[in-house]
Amino acid sequence: MLSIVSSNWGTLVSAFLVTLECSILGLIGSCVLGTAFALMEISPIKWVNAIGRIYVEVVRNIPLLVITMIFYVVIPKYVLPISGFAAGTIGLTIYTSAFIAETVRAGIEAISTGQMEGARSVGLTYFQAMTHIIFPQAIKVTIPPLGNQFINLVKNSSVLAFVSGFDLMYQGKLIAAATLDTFQTYFIVGIFYLIITMPLSYLMRYLEKRWQTA
Amino acid sequence: MNTFAQALSWINVRYLLEGFMVTLEVSAASIVISFILGTILGIIRYVKIKWVSAIVGFIIDIIRNLPLLLLLFFVYFGLPEMGVRLNAVSATIIALSIFEAAMIAEIVRSGINAVSKGQMEAARANGMTYTQAMVHIILPQALRKMIPPIVSQFISLIKDTSLATIILLPEVTFNAQLIYGQNVNYMIPMYVALAVLYFVVNYLLSLASRMLAKRLAI
Repeated sequence: MLSIVSSNWGTLVSAFLVTLECSILGLIGSCVLGTAFALMEISPIKWVNAIGRIYVEVVRNIPLLVITMIFYVVIPKYVLPISGFAAGTIGLTIYTSAFIAETVRAGIEAISTGQMEGARSVGLTYFQAMTHIIFPQAIKVTIPPLGNQFINLVKNSSVLAFVSGFDLMYQGKLIAAATLDTFQTYFIVGIFYLIITMPLSYLMRYLEKRWQTA
Repeated sequence: MNTFAQALSWINVRYLLEGFMVTLEVSAASIVISFILGTILGIIRYVKIKWVSAIVGFIIDIIRNLPLLLLLFFVYFGLPEMGVRLNAVSATIIALSIFEAAMIAEIVRSGINAVSKGQMEAARANGMTYTQAMVHIILPQALRKMIPPIVSQFISLIKDTSLATIILLPEVTFNAQLIYGQNVNYMIPMYVALAVLYFVVNYLLSLASRMLAKRLAI
């Protein structure tokens, strides 16, 4: 096993960084997009509300692979050519944004409606009440599930293997094919994933416990 | 619109539906296996048998933190090295069942945890044994809380069957790719059809779960 690691160290590390890069870009993108759609979902305006709900329901119920493949094969053919990495990251961002929208919406709804009414009656605008009163409280409820979404994001970034995104899974496949030592290669790839996901999942469990009692 | 009609000719639609049947069969088998396995593992994790629960918990944590695709590769490409040769269908079912069982075990454990401790104490005080209290008092209440997360886990299971295209399982995503492989113009119709098929099944499931949760609510 050590020989596989030592002879492919450079490849593995660069693949690890690609996975990390895709996950972080995906996290930032899907947080922005997800929050926007969450706000649309709770918006008092009917048609905005409908768009938010439809987006979330549609994206949540379609496989990540299908969304990613649309960006990998359909978009390059009809719109503009993009790389596998870009297609994978965009697909991942859109897919995850629906889940984050649900998480953020649940977080906001967990804050009692009296908070909003109180803020509005004191003379804050809807927007001010959101940013100063509701959001700061909702964040605490939202962080642990958001962390779990990030873990899912890291795991789901393996979809890059389908679109030659040069991530851990893709390079693992190539190394396995070259060394003919499938079991050990995937074992090593697994450890690289666990380096990111395991500490995160324990951290989230800790935060969940701590903030529950608070 | 003409390409749409051509792409969705009966022969192509039938081929898609054949693939969709495989998707549903593989999903159904994995749902049943992972539900049973996950419940058992979740209870083992909850009751805290010395060593056993800790080890089970650690294995569950590892599986939960690995990509499903990696497990699929392990089962399909890795196991043959150890002399276990599997076809695509059974490899997919095994990988999905293991992965989802770990997810469900976590849901079951936290579902049982969410039932207030007084329930168990009261049941024991009334003379029930631990097992009786578990089966008649705790689990029925925990199950109600678990329905929404378990169903959404099943929904992701159905979506995740699409990953098996990589080991050439002839499910619906794979078949769709074969169809547009023959005529590139069928690409968009095929993806629209795929999206519709997955959406209908998963959306119905999520509606059913919402209804069930509402009816069972105490």
